[in-house]
Amino acid sequence: MKPAPFDYVAPATLDEALAVLVERGDEAKVLAGGQSLVPVLALRLASPAWLIDLNRIASLSGIRRLESGELAIGALTRHRMVERSDVVANANPLLASAMPWIAHVQIRNRGTIGGSVAHADPAAELPGICLACDAMLTVQSRRGRREIAAADFFKGMFETALAADELLTEIRFPAWPAGRAYGFLEVARRHGDFAICGIATTVDRDAEGRIADSRIVAIGLADRPLRLTAAERALAGTKGDRDAIEAAAAAATSGLTARSDLHASSEYRIELAQTLTRRTLMQALPSQTRWP
Amino acid sequence: MIEPREVVLTVNGERRSGPCEPRMTLVDFLRETLGLTGTHVGCEHGVCGACTVLLEGESVRACLMFAVQADGASLTTVEGLAPAGEMNDLQRAFQEHHALQCGFCTPGILTTATALLRDNPEPSEDAVRHAISGNICRCTGYQPIVRAIMDCARRRKAEKRAGGAA
Amino acid sequence: MNAPDRALAKDGHVGAPTVRGEDQRFLTGRARFTDDVRLERMVHAAVLRSPHANARILGIDASAARETKGVLLVATAADLGDRRSPIPIRLAPLPGLERFLQHPIAADRVRFVGEPVAVVVAESRYIAEDALDSIAVDYEPLDPVTSIEQAMQDKALVHEAVGTNIGSHYHVSRGDPQAGFAKAEYRRKERFRCHRHTAAPMETRGLIAEYDGAVLRVWGATKVPFFNRRVLAKMLASPESSIEMIETDIGGGFGVRGEFYPEDFLIPWAAMRLRRPVKWIEDRREHLMATNHARETECELEIGMKRDGTIVAMRATVMADLGAYTRTGGGVAIARVPQFLPGPYRIPDYACEVFALFSNKTPVGTYRGPGRYEANFFRERLLDMAAADLGLDPIALRERNLVSAAEIPYDIGKLVPYEGPNAYDGGDFHSAYRQALAAAGYASLPRNGALIGGRLHGVGVACFTESSGAGPSESARIVARPDGRYEIYSGVTTMGQGHETVFAQIAADELGVPLLAFQVFHGSTAYVDEGWGTYHSRAIVVGGSAVKIAAQTMRDKLIAVAARRSGLAPGRLRLSAGAVIRVDDSSTVLDVARLARAAEEGDAEALDATHVKARFDIKMRTYSYGSHVAHVAVDPETAQVEVLSYVALEDIGRVVNPLLAEGQAVGGAVQGIGATFLDELVYDESGQLLTGSFADYLVPTSTEAPPVTAILLEEAPSASNPLGAKGAGEGGIVATGAALANAVANALSPLGVKITALPLSLNNLAASIRAARRKK
Repeated sequence: MKPAPFDYVAPATLDEALAVLVERGDEAKVLAGGQSLVPVLALRLASPAWLIDLNRIASLSGIRRLESGELAIGALTRHRMVERSDVVANANPLLASAMPWIAHVQIRNRGTIGGSVAHADPAAELPGICLACDAMLTVQSRRGRREIAAADFFKGMFETALAADELLTEIRFPAWPAGRAYGFLEVARRHGDFAICGIATTVDRDAEGRIADSRIVAIGLADRPLRLTAAERALAGTKGDRDAIEAAAAAATSGLTARSDLHASSEYRIELAQTLTRRTLMQALPSQTRWP
Repeated sequence: MIEPREVVLTVNGERRSGPCEPRMTLVDFLRETLGLTGTHVGCEHGVCGACTVLLEGESVRACLMFAVQADGASLTTVEGLAPAGEMNDLQRAFQEHHALQCGFCTPGILTTATALLRDNPEPSEDAVRHAISGNICRCTGYQPIVRAIMDCARRRKAEKRAGGAA
Repeated sequence: MNAPDRALAKDGHVGAPTVRGEDQRFLTGRARFTDDVRLERMVHAAVLRSPHANARILGIDASAARETKGVLLVATAADLGDRRSPIPIRLAPLPGLERFLQHPIAADRVRFVGEPVAVVVAESRYIAEDALDSIAVDYEPLDPVTSIEQAMQDKALVHEAVGTNIGSHYHVSRGDPQAGFAKAEYRRKERFRCHRHTAAPMETRGLIAEYDGAVLRVWGATKVPFFNRRVLAKMLASPESSIEMIETDIGGGFGVRGEFYPEDFLIPWAAMRLRRPVKWIEDRREHLMATNHARETECELEIGMKRDGTIVAMRATVMADLGAYTRTGGGVAIARVPQFLPGPYRIPDYACEVFALFSNKTPVGTYRGPGRYEANFFRERLLDMAAADLGLDPIALRERNLVSAAEIPYDIGKLVPYEGPNAYDGGDFHSAYRQALAAAGYASLPRNGALIGGRLHGVGVACFTESSGAGPSESARIVARPDGRYEIYSGVTTMGQGHETVFAQIAADELGVPLLAFQVFHGSTAYVDEGWGTYHSRAIVVGGSAVKIAAQTMRDKLIAVAARRSGLAPGRLRLSAGAVIRVDDSSTVLDVARLARAAEEGDAEALDATHVKARFDIKMRTYSYGSHVAHVAVDPETAQVEVLSYVALEDIGRVVNPLLAEGQAVGGAVQGIGATFLDELVYDESGQLLTGSFADYLVPTSTEAPPVTAILLEEAPSASNPLGAKGAGEGGIVATGAALANAVANALSPLGVKITALPLSLNNLAASIRAARRKK
């Protein structure tokens, strides 16, 4: 399983990379961590004439907490760096909790957060986390720079809003509100495999303890991460007690059909989405669900 | 016409170099060009872990990197875990616990375990199992591998307490 | 977790949990697997494989490939000419299967995705794969046969000339099943299905062939190199003596590696054509479509019992999907199912109808415990169903029906067409059963769907018998060297079992020297005149026995030489630490190393005593037996199963090395546990293999492997060999599907979930749970 021949360039700066992308774009593939791309090349599912290696561009990697409280992570930051970061653990506990679910340590040592998000595998964790956190994705090209909301970024299976000459350069997570509760669970065939279905949940309550806002995002269910808005609506204004959680779980997948593949039927995915909605809400709101 | 590149890197503390096409994987470069056949190829699509090496000390799948990407880097392969003809304490623990049968997955597990014990010198059994979950073994059922790694960690801790060198 | 019991060690090396001397080269990256071998001027092969399950080949245009820089050879069937005799059957020649043999390369027809169509040899594997892409094959796709049901219908045919997909159809029986069923107060019939999966060793197949004009050398041989050499010689029309098969270090076999495959002809043929060494290393995608598949079998099983649970009769129809061609393993994969269906139970009246079927899928061969994993699942599931129907405790049901020690030897009849009647030769099945239950703490395990922490708990058991020590023979050669070393040469092959250490242990006990004095050479045809190999758990039983006999013979000869030269009676001498010494005062009478030097200088008597050959012929099949106990917790909402504990107990007669034997048991158990939940080879209706890489063909990792307690008993040494041993390689896997299916079914019993098929994948269990809920 050897790749077809390709030529190779490893630009040292972002500007160089963007220039090469313009010059070679339609016959090139961009190499970040390579954990998804290289198997594709090995299986000859793609045979680009050029490989543009971003790994020498130091400016694309880094984790910063901004004064606003936002968390800014360079696209080429390795999963493992995010996983080990105290800054991330403090600035976005949901993101931190999802990291150990991503594949295995060797993959996390090379794979990048930007690579995963730009690759947009429907069952990947990071696109779901971005959606659940209303992340902003910074995208650059020779033509300029733009910010795309996560909700507008994921278009379909392996499909994003990135134009052919654009690179994802940074992901910014909004400041984590005080008192926000969260949950994350995933069912896969084996530890580290792509999720059959996973749910990322955030819950924000008002001063009276009523749920003011929530995000319940499913991964693996559809061709892209999906907000289960029916569940979010069922929760809104409630105290998030057992009945509210049951109602949210029951409503979670109404009107939805799920993907079906070798490993799981659409019915199974729907069942999991409901169960994991309930369980992540119980993770987020444990005091609400204690038996009397 | 795709020009071959000259890749220069440090492997097991020694400066090594060789020509390669950009598409040559790091594991093929190590095995074919540098003659370091201790790192194995089990799947070539990044699942089995037989090709695991340490890149700047971190465990990576050498089948998912191209040799050109490792230019200027420092690698450790299984051949570099102990001086020639010797075994280190982790390797001896594997032998004592029968943590290998056919031995094909073993180099990848040793490098992975080396990085684990450096980062987490006192791992729980659960932590060990999670650390090697990216390395497939078909022979041992993993149980003796986990035992060997934990035993090695235990002994290093005892030696440290006793003031001896690890 | 069960550490090897040092108390099992007797005085000598046999019985001791000796660590393996061979480990150092594997641990330091200095082993020599086939791909590690480099030869001067070596070139690389790649195989073009059919993308269709069933198609006519209308034409092949390899001109672009041939013109590619760096390509030395592109061969199709046309180039092989009359060198295209089919690959023969090695064993289990069920009548009819010989009509479905495979030629090493497809000519005008392909019958499974993965069938070789062309071979390319180039300066590198990279270039060879580029050339593959440029070969244009004109296919006319045909309707494929992709299921057992379709195969039985004979509407689409895999081999038109044969006229049917039913390769072999026969009946076996013992007693009088009709009369038996007439006595039944209760009957139940169910249809079961075992899924297609395979061994997936970590190292894929590989070969290097080199021909210098006189001798053809082939690296990468294993399992049965002498047989394979015979086949290759015949197919090349070369004398066997001009071919050398060389065993390198091998990355796992489990039955699927080492049989004679098409590449085992194509690569040597190419090497002879090119007069350059040709290396071929299978990649993982090829491996999953080209290396033998296994286990896809359906069984309609009926049992008749008295109301008290006494089995009175059993009847079965077994249908196995053997893929597109008969492989060298012949009908083993299916013939063992009817043989092991009755298991260790008293079932005097039993009949089985067998259909060996062909389909447009990868051919099937033997995989660890062939036929047993399937048969145990079918039978043990039905026993639990019967117990539930009759309101009986499934544990007591088995107690009642297990053959008792007093009934052993127990005649199992003639259940395999190409073998004579057989008998369980020794053992106490009840003792093993009770010990397994005790080790599992069965009495206190939550089961029957007890709900704890949101999960349903269940326990499943399975009892089994297992044969080992297949004959006919094995040979060994021992040479004493002037430097005090001893070289052991064996016809046995090794894929990780540790034979080098075990044979040293056996010989050390007889020759009275330390383990370090031994060097063991195995597998290659240059080492012994005649060898048989490693399969059917025979390496220690037959190969180890040959080593024991050779060592004893050497000991006796050394003592005889010393006696002759000293005038002392042999009874007053013994062998110890490299010398023949007097029993009374331990003084040295003869130094073995010095005698070895004399042998090399021409002393005939010395030569005879220091270069010894032996052969062990095993006259009877020997049976090990045991029980597995599985405790699981099932999450009924997600269908996830956690195996909380697993006991794999087997009586193997004599445990030569408890450390290694435990390794086989645990390794086999985890392989089987993984197979029961994960491994599955899936085809779509057009015969495309959907599980074509490790991303979709799932094997267990360290996080899926549960704690396994392996217990090895020595209550029933085997009378079939001087070691008293039975094979230890397969007992760990054979009852895993059965025990786990019973455990999961037990856990889900409150929901009324019916389990009759493997694998117990998340999706399958979710569907079963959903179906049961809808019924309610």
